[in-house]
Amino acid sequence: MVTANRVPAPAPLACPSCGGRIELRGFAHTRTAVCIQCCSVLDASTAGLKVIQRFDEAVRVRPLIPLGSRGKLQGKTWEVIGFQVRTIRVEGIPYSWHEYLLFNPYAGFRYLTHYDGHWNFVATVRSLPAFTSVRGRKAVVFEGRTYAHFQSAKATTTFVMGEFPWAVRVGETVTADDYVSPPWVLSSEQDGKEINWSQGVYVPGKEIWQAFGLPGSPPAAHGVYANQPNPHTEKMRRAWRTFGVLLALWLAAVVLHLATSSNQELFRRSYRFAANSPGEHSFVTEPFSVPRTGNVKVEIRTDLDNNWAYFNMALLAEDGSRGFDFGREISYYHGRDSEGSWSEGSRSESAMLARVPAGRYYLRIEPEMDPQAAFSSAAGMSMNYEIIVRHDTPRLWIFFLALPLLLISPVLHSFRAMGLESARWSESDYGTIAGVSGDDE
Amino acid sequence: MRRTAECPSCGAPVQFAWSAAVQTACPYCRSILVRHDVDLEKVGIVADLPPDASPIQLYTEGVFDNRRFMVVGRIRYEWEQGGWNEWHIVFNDQASGWLSDAQAEYAVSFLATPAEPLPAEDQVAPGKLVRIAGAPFYVTHLTRVRYVGFEGELPFTTADRSEFLTADLRTFDARFATIDYSETPPLLFAGRFTSFDELRLSNLREFEGW
Repeated sequence: MVTANRVPAPAPLACPSCGGRIELRGFAHTRTAVCIQCCSVLDASTAGLKVIQRFDEAVRVRPLIPLGSRGKLQGKTWEVIGFQVRTIRVEGIPYSWHEYLLFNPYAGFRYLTHYDGHWNFVATVRSLPAFTSVRGRKAVVFEGRTYAHFQSAKATTTFVMGEFPWAVRVGETVTADDYVSPPWVLSSEQDGKEINWSQGVYVPGKEIWQAFGLPGSPPAAHGVYANQPNPHTEKMRRAWRTFGVLLALWLAAVVLHLATSSNQELFRRSYRFAANSPGEHSFVTEPFSVPRTGNVKVEIRTDLDNNWAYFNMALLAEDGSRGFDFGREISYYHGRDSEGSWSEGSRSESAMLARVPAGRYYLRIEPEMDPQAAFSSAAGMSMNYEIIVRHDTPRLWIFFLALPLLLISPVLHSFRAMGLESARWSESDYGTIAGVSGDDE
Repeated sequence: MRRTAECPSCGAPVQFAWSAAVQTACPYCRSILVRHDVDLEKVGIVADLPPDASPIQLYTEGVFDNRRFMVVGRIRYEWEQGGWNEWHIVFNDQASGWLSDAQAEYAVSFLATPAEPLPAEDQVAPGKLVRIAGAPFYVTHLTRVRYVGFEGELPFTTADRSEFLTADLRTFDARFATIDYSETPPLLFAGRFTSFDELRLSNLREFEGW
């Protein structure tokens, strides 16, 4: 009993009004067909082809995708069988978008909407979205996603052509609400009796052009559309993910650096300095060896108290082959004033020599203290100090210098993402300058 | 597994793909046949079904929730805005259900026994909450339905079907239910929405040009 029943292609209609030929593509689904020659809406569900409406030829619009075009979207072939223009008014200014009715005899009907270079592939939905609110604004939850309310408007059909499986009329008005969760948009249409929901997904114009094999290039997209995906959001997420990975690597490197730095003490000795002692103040220490090429840190710890000293120093190779000159000023002052106690400076200082070849070295040290002060208070111009030499010391400042560099990319992308979001929402019912949208020419 | 009976009107063999069928049509003389135990009674002549564009036909096969089914019958309904088909489907275990096809939007439902009485015809309105098996269903559409015709095997007779009210109910998770007020108390059909791809249909009609 298996019958390969073949449904013949629908025969074209002759317009009862002007005799024009009306191609049909929707098989027995078609309830309304439009004669585009004389702009008549015909009831195609009865043999009589009653003219149900005549509309003004002046509103004629040429669809960018011609009726009868076929294209493959989401894995299925769709044929354009109907086209309508719908218009909303925001503060008196009309905004129109185009809707293409797509048909596949097995998978049914879908829509393509087009506004200012932005396209959406739309299907009706049959689950109920659940109303909720997000930060005090209307929202709906659908299939686990939360959609934020974007815009509410009265949409009027202002032009129709082709055929439709329902009764269309020019002038029909519904209340249309859009809720967005890019790249998705959930739309409700209310005609007073029923609410019908549909879900759209943003499709770049060039994909539409490719799908339908259209000549030339799609119209340029202007502005940021309600559910247009934010390319910066993904870049931002990626940048933060990368940052996270780099931060982990950074931490690992810090830990590794700390763990592998021996920070070995090579020399430690205490000295006393008196500014008024006669003779040469410079002296050399006993030699010590730097076991491996690497950094050497010389630390000076003093007992300076409301005083100042300068250390002229050199790390010199015992064989005279090289020397590293450096100096450090140390000052430490403290006291009490009307705002309480204060202190300035520090009693200790250190010098880091980044790369010292392995070998035996000694230090030449020449401390200085303020000769003026020494003159006035000779007895006080002395200090005790300790010299500590370490090598292979961890140097974390390089790591902390790198940290803000790692943040540049995620912060930059975050700012871009936020900029696009604010452009998007400025066009919504919640924009700060709602209705003023001529800023993108 | 098909049983054969004799048409009381023309004597032609009438096959039953579903053992529990109550009504069928003789494919030769187009008599409407109602089954009483073993006898078939002719109760009328089938009307021509209007042309429709469903890809489904009698003996189309498919899969729903991992169970294979075959289409054995159909009822055609119309409403103010168009028409749709309720395809009577029978699973391998002889359980039967309905595959509804409204402009190629598909749903599968089964006759269900409501735990609580359903709202009366004059109490049902869009937005009304009805609990079915503990889950919240919301009335979304009320439709005046007109019976247009049938083909194949059905689980009931269509004799008393003319015009009646149905209430469509939906949920937040793609389930749906229909309350059918053609009988008192009303009938409840519950199921869920599905898609052409999910049903993995075979033995479909072909469309010229596609």
